[in-house]
Amino acid sequence: FFQYCLSGHPTLPCNVLKFKSTTIMLDCGLDMTSTLNFLPLPLVQSPRLSKLPGWVLKDGSTFLDKELKECSGHVFVDSVPEFCLPETELLDLSTVDVILISNYHCMMALPYITEYTGFTGTVYATEPTVQIGRLLMEELVNSIERVPKAQSASMWKNKEVQRLLPAPLKDAVEVSMWRKCYTMPEVNAALSKIQLVGYSQKIELFGAVQVTPLSSGYALGSSNWIIQSHYEKVSYVSGSSLLTTHPQPMDQASLKNSDVLILTGLTQIPTANPDGMVGEFCSNLAMTVRNGGNVLVPCYPSGVIYDLLECLYQYIDSAGLATVPFYFISPVANSSLEFSQIFAEWLCHNKQTKVYLPEPPFPHAELIQTNKLKHYPSIHGDFSNDFKQPCVVFTGHPSLRFGDVVHFMELWGKSSLNTVIFTEPDFSYLDALAPYQPLAMKCVYCPIDTRLNFIQVSKLLKEVQPLHVVCPEQYTQPPPTQSHRTDLMIDCQPPPMSYRRAEVLTLPYKRRYEKIEIMPDLADSLVPLEIKPGISLATVSAVLHTKDNKHVLQLPPKPPQPPASKKRKRVSDDVPECKPLKPLLSGSIPVDQFVQTLEKHGFSDVKVEDTAKGHIVLLQEAETLIQIEEDSTHIICDNDEPLRVKLRDLVLKFMQKF
Amino acid sequence: VLSLFCLGAGAGQDVGRSCILVSIAGKNVMLDCGMHMGYNDDRRFPDFSYITQNGRLTDFLDCVIISHFHLDHCGALPYFSEMVGYDGPIYMTHPTKAICPILLEDYRKITVDKKGETNFFTSQMIKDCMKKVVAVHLHQTVQVDEELEIKAYYAGHVLGAAMFQIKVGYESVVYTGDYNMTPDRHLGAAWIDKCRPDLLISESTYATTIRDSKRCRERDFLKKVHETVERGGKVLIPVFALGRAQELCILLETFWERMNLKAPIYFSTGLTEKANHYYKLFITWTNQKIRKTFVQRNMFEFKHIKAFDRAFADNPGPMVVFATPGMLHAGQSLQIFRKWAGNEKNMVIMPGYCVQGTVGHKILSGQRKLEMEGRQILEVKMQVEYMSFSAHADAKGIMQLIRQAEPRNVLLVHGEAKKMEFLKQKIEQEFHVNCYMPANGETTTIFTNPSIPVDISLGLLKRETAIGLLPDAKKPKLMHGTLIMKDNSFRLVSPEQALKELGLAEHQLRFTCRVHIQDPRKEHETVLRVYNHLKGVLKDYSVQHLPDGSITVESILIQATAHSEDQGTKVLLVSWTYQDEELGSYLTSLLKKGLPPSTS
Repeated sequence: FFQYCLSGHPTLPCNVLKFKSTTIMLDCGLDMTSTLNFLPLPLVQSPRLSKLPGWVLKDGSTFLDKELKECSGHVFVDSVPEFCLPETELLDLSTVDVILISNYHCMMALPYITEYTGFTGTVYATEPTVQIGRLLMEELVNSIERVPKAQSASMWKNKEVQRLLPAPLKDAVEVSMWRKCYTMPEVNAALSKIQLVGYSQKIELFGAVQVTPLSSGYALGSSNWIIQSHYEKVSYVSGSSLLTTHPQPMDQASLKNSDVLILTGLTQIPTANPDGMVGEFCSNLAMTVRNGGNVLVPCYPSGVIYDLLECLYQYIDSAGLATVPFYFISPVANSSLEFSQIFAEWLCHNKQTKVYLPEPPFPHAELIQTNKLKHYPSIHGDFSNDFKQPCVVFTGHPSLRFGDVVHFMELWGKSSLNTVIFTEPDFSYLDALAPYQPLAMKCVYCPIDTRLNFIQVSKLLKEVQPLHVVCPEQYTQPPPTQSHRTDLMIDCQPPPMSYRRAEVLTLPYKRRYEKIEIMPDLADSLVPLEIKPGISLATVSAVLHTKDNKHVLQLPPKPPQPPASKKRKRVSDDVPECKPLKPLLSGSIPVDQFVQTLEKHGFSDVKVEDTAKGHIVLLQEAETLIQIEEDSTHIICDNDEPLRVKLRDLVLKFMQKF
Repeated sequence: VLSLFCLGAGAGQDVGRSCILVSIAGKNVMLDCGMHMGYNDDRRFPDFSYITQNGRLTDFLDCVIISHFHLDHCGALPYFSEMVGYDGPIYMTHPTKAICPILLEDYRKITVDKKGETNFFTSQMIKDCMKKVVAVHLHQTVQVDEELEIKAYYAGHVLGAAMFQIKVGYESVVYTGDYNMTPDRHLGAAWIDKCRPDLLISESTYATTIRDSKRCRERDFLKKVHETVERGGKVLIPVFALGRAQELCILLETFWERMNLKAPIYFSTGLTEKANHYYKLFITWTNQKIRKTFVQRNMFEFKHIKAFDRAFADNPGPMVVFATPGMLHAGQSLQIFRKWAGNEKNMVIMPGYCVQGTVGHKILSGQRKLEMEGRQILEVKMQVEYMSFSAHADAKGIMQLIRQAEPRNVLLVHGEAKKMEFLKQKIEQEFHVNCYMPANGETTTIFTNPSIPVDISLGLLKRETAIGLLPDAKKPKLMHGTLIMKDNSFRLVSPEQALKELGLAEHQLRFTCRVHIQDPRKEHETVLRVYNHLKGVLKDYSVQHLPDGSITVESILIQATAHSEDQGTKVLLVSWTYQDEELGSYLTSLLKKGLPPSTS
């Protein structure tokens, strides 16, 4: 049992598990923090960005000034943004049998895996994961493709050159592996390989392994996975939440009795309380708008935005914001809002009950109906006519490198009346803002990460008690910026096994049994014998059939009837065909009783001699000697088969067979 | 052993109300809890005294499963749980859980508030009953208890309809409820995997019909509606608020759009607007096409179909009205029918099956003079058309499902005896499985023969598979093991391990036989002759001549000594353990026959 670790990002995992002759990929997260090294892609020609000076090496060489630009002391790659893919060289990815997806954020690398590695297997995910995952991919592709950029920089990636660059470019890992975004046909091809599954559905893989998605409470359709055979159980926990937001609550009970629990996707902001952050979000938003400023909320088109809209729904009237327009701008804004209303079965209890009324589960339906919330596919078209300030704009991408958000950063950045509020925890907000510096607009950091924190983890581990915990190395030490906070790491016994990118772990299992089926006719033929109170034994001699990793025991075929003809047989005809082994024996022989039995069966000249370890019974006339010891009996006789068989059977009477 | 009992008249050989009791490996499960629409007395609910005579329902039943929201499948549920008394779990899908109480309340209103009946369940009882419902996802394995698990499959028929697999250990039953094997305008087709249940319980409403293509039926329907409207007539389509209603609405909506027709289409009662809302929210349960396009255009937002007001019925001019309930047994559809029945320009189209005793059934069987309440006679002059739009599987569909699931036995319910008999023969011929069709109140017992799962020690299994991998593994090899049965666990281990686990020592039984051979040669030459002889005879065995002068055949040891008195005789000592009994015994008898004449 091995685990190949293809991603070093703890919340965007990509691991491959070799489990009982099946190769299972757990998630394929795409590390998009690489895009922070690139210049933003403006929707409208930006004079500021195009005037940034080229970067010049210390020795004055200027050969990189076309590829690298400098902005407020930071250096950026002026190119189509690129993503850091999971490791593709650690093992042959065409051998992957199945991919299990835990939530829509953890499937963004899927097209790279399914379309470029010779992958021929099946991907399993829940319906909301697939639908919303598709929206995220669509938005990503759309925001990059609609701003065609001629330049694709590669010179800076040269190892010799990269060494000379300032941080963080100098330290960027595996830059040669960075790839441009995939295309919509690739997305469609990748998604067509997905098979939809429901929570607690048991999916058989090749008869050997069963996988089951469980509700993880983090997002619509998000799941943890159980990977098990009859005797081993691996739990894969990825992006789980115990907070009551919109998704169905986390199923913790089913994680019990795991041999190994792989723990990924914990909160990225362990020190921030999501409820407190939502409160700050609302008050900062209200304050800015009241002062006549605009609010920009860089966000993904699904997920936390539903919760934020719900908070605002309850908040705007009391905060006097009823007339302020809320805009949600994304190529998939409409789809996201519509899809959120049809996945009632995947929602928390309160929202489910609403559907029974029947009412839409999310109140943003009402915000749309009352025109308080408007959604647009982009800033072009209808939006430019309807646009009124001051307003609140939700739009992507949270990295601030592409999407409509780039336009609003350029538009509002110069005024201190405006505020940008960061709610998504995936990107460092300072890094995200770097290419927009100097900036007059206010920046508020309210990261809302509902995933498990370390207190919840330790409670969870106590509850489900796995034998072993496996986690990314980041979780086994305090965060680098808070090295004194030893509470911000996983604490369990035995200590967790940690992994890092491009590492192969051997997982500890002690497997001792396998399931086998005894066919009914064989079962009928067994003769159980009670050996001790409550324990019965039966010896089984049967034919083993193994097909599709399933084992079956059948009655042995009846020996073919000997031919009736009385032809003279050659000696070799009598050679026993196969060796039907006799059972093992156990027990001991009390000499006195044995002698009595012999006498009863017509042996009149029995003589017993004591030896160091037992006795010798002599049958003088038959020239036969029987050595009896505590755990052995030896019959030495002439070649008189009837006699030998008779003695054998008398000895067996004292024995138990196994 | 699996046993099955039809509690409901209708679950057996009749269409009317479904309620089946299944016992599987000691677990008792009730499948559906339907009501008979044709009766107004005690006969409308199943007779639970079969169970209650021996104790409480909750003690006897492990769970109740409801396949879909039609009242002939769930109508008796509040009576069953609140009036007879059942507190255990009731399973159904989310849409069923959402819609079922609406229909129950609607029916209760008609029965109690309008007809003034007493001794019926109350609104509160419906609410209390629904609190006992656990909603299930498609394909989710629900663990009812340690042994009993159930799983829902998509059934087509109506929104949220499901087939259920009930499984205990290696025994399983699939109950279809009502299902449809062909996708229609708003729902997909039923689907099940090759789950090989011991028993498949299938509805057989349309057991003998192989229905003409749906396209023809639809064209026919549209033509009739169109003609009637053209000549200024009114069309009444009695429907149940959810199900076929939406299918026909989509059909008419697209037709009106295409033909640019102006005659109004109405949908009766407030329930239907609500109904369409359910379809919007549970769009994931509809067919692929609707699901794919719902963001751009929601098929359940109708442009041409408006809400009906009671006063509209007297408006002059043509119109089409969908009105509930579907069998013309009460409510608005019956009211409108009475108003329009006298005019031969009008038409009533019955799009589904009608239970005996209902007005719908009467006019379909040709009756044109109806006795209404207060001995009033209603003469029916309007045209009466029947069009089967019920989404049930036809004979072809039923056969298709059997092919998909590969059951070991089939049991037909919810159909008419004669038609079922025909289908039964067909199933037995084609699939060579037993097919049953029990009458109401008849117990069917089916003997299953499940194999027994045991745990085999990996050591033993590996040893055996290693042997099995040898090139000469053509003959089946025997595996030897000891089955340890302790409490309820079964473990198959090697005999050695079994001894060890029980703390017992092995007792070795050894035989040494003296075989006398006439051979004047020197000892080692005799040994060589014996060796060659054995080697020649025992081709499949490992025969070895060891440096110390002894011979081994597998683990049997042969040593030669000179006879103390007779130089011409050699004594062979053949020694083996009890485990090698066969071979040892064979060897002594072989050697006793003497050696073949020396060839050298």
